[in-house]
Amino acid sequence: MIALLIRDMRLAMRAGGGFGLGLAFFLLVAVLVPLGVGPNATVLALIAPGILWVGALLACLLSLDRLFALDFEDGSLDLLVTAPIPLEGVVAIKALAHWTVTGLPLTLVAPVLGVLLNLPGEGYVWLVISLGIGTPALSVIGAFGAALTVGLKRGGLLLSLLVLPLYVPTLIFGAEVVKRGAEGMATGTPLALLAGITAGAAALLPFASAAAIRINLR
Amino acid sequence: MMPELGKYADAVLGSYAVSIALIVFVVGWSLWRGAKVRRALAGVEARAGKGAEAKKHG
Amino acid sequence: MSLWEYSNPQKFMQLSRWALPWMAGASALCLVGGLIWGFFGTPDDYKQGSTVKIIYLHVPAAMMAINAWVMMLIASLVWLVRRHHVSALAAKAAAPVGLTFTLIALGTGALWGQPMWGTWWAWDPRLTSFLILALFYLGYIALWQAVDDPDTAADLTGVLCIVGSVFALLSRYAVNFWNQGLHQGASLSLDKKENVADVFWFPLLVCIAGFVLLFVALVLLRTRTEIRLRRMNALLARERMG
Repeated sequence: MIALLIRDMRLAMRAGGGFGLGLAFFLLVAVLVPLGVGPNATVLALIAPGILWVGALLACLLSLDRLFALDFEDGSLDLLVTAPIPLEGVVAIKALAHWTVTGLPLTLVAPVLGVLLNLPGEGYVWLVISLGIGTPALSVIGAFGAALTVGLKRGGLLLSLLVLPLYVPTLIFGAEVVKRGAEGMATGTPLALLAGITAGAAALLPFASAAAIRINLR
Repeated sequence: MMPELGKYADAVLGSYAVSIALIVFVVGWSLWRGAKVRRALAGVEARAGKGAEAKKHG
Repeated sequence: MSLWEYSNPQKFMQLSRWALPWMAGASALCLVGGLIWGFFGTPDDYKQGSTVKIIYLHVPAAMMAINAWVMMLIASLVWLVRRHHVSALAAKAAAPVGLTFTLIALGTGALWGQPMWGTWWAWDPRLTSFLILALFYLGYIALWQAVDDPDTAADLTGVLCIVGSVFALLSRYAVNFWNQGLHQGASLSLDKKENVADVFWFPLLVCIAGFVLLFVALVLLRTRTEIRLRRMNALLARERMG
């Protein structure tokens, strides 16, 4: 299982693997929004939690369609299905690899972008915590969308349409944690709900994803 | 005959117009698509019927 | 020799041919009757003025928007477990109808909100939830269109419907949480537990019945179309091979 994890991470970090792409996109969002909205510092501080979370969400989407597609095309997905590791485990590992290469770097880079968006001081800790807890959910949910669309040519747009509504609860609670943290209010409730969603998704969605892959490989 | 809608006339009439338009659209589209598929199926079945006849006699 | 591959679709076609005209007729009766009764025969509301007349469209549409998805969920489960093709096709047929009801609920909700809140759109929890539901419907319909093989499409959309239902529920609570304390009490709640006066309630019931019957009639009609389409594609495939 570790071997699979390392293999996927190495694949993702090769040139063209999309590793830097997500980060670059995240940076772009943080630059474009102030350009669109205006440099008013108060306004930016207000919307910073939301912008950072939406940016993270969209950046995670970018590399999702390659999650299973490459293995599907060269036949290694068929091999993985028959491997000794259960397919659900394979899905979980791939989601973990995706998170390590996408969500985790985003979480670490986010404070820098928070500066660009004038995020209030107390918000930074909560930004990192919420993204750290929430981005794994984005990878797991994204893996489900990728499993559904793995057989489709140019399924990327459909993938986004399927996955973005599923991201709504994580987005709402994640952004809420940062917003409340930035205002100095208690963050317990949204944080617990955010963690609950991540835990539930990580535990249950791999089963649905594996089912979708088996359907597509028939 | 028309009730006094007062200042809300736009909202009320607009609601009825939008809703009725959407209902008419989905009903009409469903009927049209149903007729189209029924005709196409009849055509394919006729060809299949002739083919089966030909196979029987040929 | 019948070329129908399964007897189930045949029985459905027989049953629906008989039932469809009755459903359509009853639906038209209830809808037209109920709407006319509600529009012309009821007074204005003390608080909301003549906009109360919008409930005869908004409430039934919103109810059916949810019920349509529940029906799709049940049909998807039946398909995944029992492999009845009619079930899968009925779910496929219901989706655009559910989407239409969702759009009616959104449109009437926004138009109702305009005089109340002064804007054409407000991020009220209920309206927002219906907007998200519309996105779920769109994704489901898009997946059916994107996958070529009908059985694969049925399976994948079935799984999507189940996962989507869980997330739709989660989103409902998340959106309530998201909009807590902002517009409390101003959402378009017409809870039956509250005292909805009888004078509004009875025409509303007729309208609800009309929408339910409309949904049933449309799903019957559309499922018949889907069954014919499936049969036609099977025949065409046979043509190409023979």
